[in-house]
Amino acid sequence: MAEETLPPVLSLEGVRKSFGLGTPVETEVLHGVDLVMQRGEFCALIGPSGSGKSTLLNIIGLLDRPTSGRMAIEGQDTQGLDDAGQTRLRGHSIGFVFQYHHLISAFSAAENVMMPMLVDGGWPTAAMRRRAEELLDQVGLLPWKDNPANHMSGGQQQRVAIARALAMRPSLILADEPTGNLDTKSAADAFRLMRKVNREQGTAFLIVTHSLDLARQTDRIIQIVDGRIVEGETGLLA
Amino acid sequence: MQPFLPFEVIAAIRFLAEGKRQTLLTVIGAAVGVSVILFMTSLLHGVQSNIFNRVLSTQAHIVISPPEEVSRPLRERDGPREMATIQKPAQRLKSIDQWQVISARLLARPDVTAVSPTAAGAAFAVKGAAANPVTLTGIEPEAFYRIIDLREKIVSGSADIQPGGLLIGTELANDLGLGLGEKIRIRTNRSTGTGGDQTFTIHGIFDLGNKDANERSVYTSLRSAQSLLNLPGGITSLSVDIRDPYQAEVVAGELRASMGVNAESWVKTFQQVFTALSTQSVANYTIQFFVAVAVALGISSVLVVSVVQRSREIGILRAMGASRGRILRIFLTQGASIGFMGSLAGSALGAGFVLLWRIFARNPDGTEFFPVTMDPALFLRTILAATVTGLITALLPALSAARLNPVDAIRG
Repeated sequence: MAEETLPPVLSLEGVRKSFGLGTPVETEVLHGVDLVMQRGEFCALIGPSGSGKSTLLNIIGLLDRPTSGRMAIEGQDTQGLDDAGQTRLRGHSIGFVFQYHHLISAFSAAENVMMPMLVDGGWPTAAMRRRAEELLDQVGLLPWKDNPANHMSGGQQQRVAIARALAMRPSLILADEPTGNLDTKSAADAFRLMRKVNREQGTAFLIVTHSLDLARQTDRIIQIVDGRIVEGETGLLA
Repeated sequence: MQPFLPFEVIAAIRFLAEGKRQTLLTVIGAAVGVSVILFMTSLLHGVQSNIFNRVLSTQAHIVISPPEEVSRPLRERDGPREMATIQKPAQRLKSIDQWQVISARLLARPDVTAVSPTAAGAAFAVKGAAANPVTLTGIEPEAFYRIIDLREKIVSGSADIQPGGLLIGTELANDLGLGLGEKIRIRTNRSTGTGGDQTFTIHGIFDLGNKDANERSVYTSLRSAQSLLNLPGGITSLSVDIRDPYQAEVVAGELRASMGVNAESWVKTFQQVFTALSTQSVANYTIQFFVAVAVALGISSVLVVSVVQRSREIGILRAMGASRGRILRIFLTQGASIGFMGSLAGSALGAGFVLLWRIFARNPDGTEFFPVTMDPALFLRTILAATVTGLITALLPALSAARLNPVDAIRG
C-alpha cells in the first residue's frame, strides 16, 4: 500500500532545452520531453548521436537546467531549487556512472566509494569505511580496496564507479554509456552488476547506450529521436 | 582516509600529494621567497639596532633646554625710524626656569619613561701645565643612568659618583696621563669665588665608543657642576626618554607647544642617521613586497594549471553533491597549504642564512660586524603572512574552479 503512494522516481513534463538563447544560432535540442520512470525501473535510453540523449541525461541529473518544462525527482519539483538545493538533491537521490569511470586518481578504490559520503559530510569514518567495503564486496573488488584507483583495469574501475554511485543509496542511477569503453567480458560483467543491484535493492537505472543488445536486456527502452521521446524499438531501431 | 579532517582538507592534501613535483617546486619557490624576506629583515634589524643603540646609548630621546635669548630693539612708537642691524646675542649659560615643575609634568605623561636634570658647560681639565677643553656635565646618577647608562661604559673604576668624584673618558685619561684615584682640577670661565676651580678625584674611566666624546666628556655630581658653572640650583637641560624613540619628534613638538620650552629630539639631532634608517626600512619593505608578489604569482599560476588539470575531477565531485563552496575551499586550502609549507621551509632556510652570516661575516679581529638575531615573532609573523598570501592568491583559481559548469568539466 505504502509503495503505491510513493511518487515516481522521475517525471518530466514538456521539458525543452535550447542552446545559444537569444543569439542567431539558438538551437532547441529537446522539444517538450515527457517521461515518467517508476521506482525500481531498469530502462535504456537509446538514440542516434545528436538526438539529445546526453542533454536529457544532464538535465535529469541536475547538472543542467531545462529552458522550460517541469521536472520532479522522487516527487520533488526541481524548478524552484537554487544551485545549493539542486546539489543536495543530486547528492542524495541520484548516482552517476560515466563512460570513462572518472574515478579520482588521488584516492584508493575504497576512498573513491566513500567520496559521496565524505562530500555529504557528517558520516563517521568507520561507517563510511564499512559501507565502502560492503559495496566493494558486492562488486567483487574487496581485495583491491586499498589499490590506487588508477592502478586498476578499466573493468575494475567501472565496477568501483558503480559501487560509488550506490554509496548514498540513491533511488535513481544515471549511467552514460557505462560499458562503452570496456571489453566484451567486462561490459557484460558491469551490466550484470547493475541488473543485480536493480533487482536486489530496487534502484532505478536509466542507461544511455548505443548497444541495442544491451538495451533489449532492460525492462523498458526509451528512444529519443530529434529531441523527442519515442517509446519502444520503433523507427530507428526497429 | 584521515578521520576528523574535513573533506576539503583531505582532498587538498591528496591533490597536492598526487602532483608531487609540481607541489615541491611551488613550495621551494615560496620557501626561497620567505627565506630572502626573513634573512633581509633580520640583517636590517641587526644593522638598525646596532646604529640605533650606538646613537641612543649616549643620547637622550629628547633634550629640553632654556629658550634662546633674542635681541629686542626698543623703538619709540611715533619717533623717527632708524636703520639698525640687529645682532643675535651670544647665548649665555642659563638655567631652565621652574625646571622642577617641568620635570614633574613630564614624569606625569604616560609616554615618558625617565627624566634627568643636567647642568653642563664648557670647562678645562687641568693637570700640571696641560689644560684640555672639556664639557663638564653634572648629573643625578640614579636618574641619568636610566637614560644613558654610564655603568655599562665604565672600563675602569665605578660609575658611582661620590662628592668630589669625577668620571672621565679613556682618551682624556690617556692625554693627561691620569688613572683611577688620581686628582684633576676642573676650571670654568664663568665661575666665581672658590667654585671656579675645583679639584676632583677620578672615580671611573668610561668608553662611550667615540674618540671625541671620550676626550671631551667629564661627569660629576649635579651639585658640583652647578657650583662650578655658577648655576646654584639651576640646570641647563632636562634629558627625557620616551616609550617609542621613533615618536621622539612628535613628542618634542607636543612639549614645545604645551610647555613653551625648547625641546629637541634625537631624530632632529641625528637627522641624517634617522633618514638613513628610514630609507633602509622603505627599501627593505619594497623588496619584501616584490618578493611576496613573485611568490604569490608563482602559487597562483600553479593553482590555475591545477584547476585546468583537475576540471574533470571537479565535475565528478560536483556530480556527487559537492557544493561550489566545497570546491572553492579545496583550492583555497591548497593555496594556504603551499604558503604554510613554503614558509616553514623558508624559515629554516632563512635561519640557516642568518647562521652562515654569523659564522662568515666577521671583522678581521674575529668579532661580528654587528649582532644579527633571529626574532621568533618575526618568523611567526612571516609564516602567518605567507599562509594568508597563499590563501589570497588561491582565490582566483579557486573561484574559477567553483564556477566550473559540471557538464563542461566532466566532458573535459
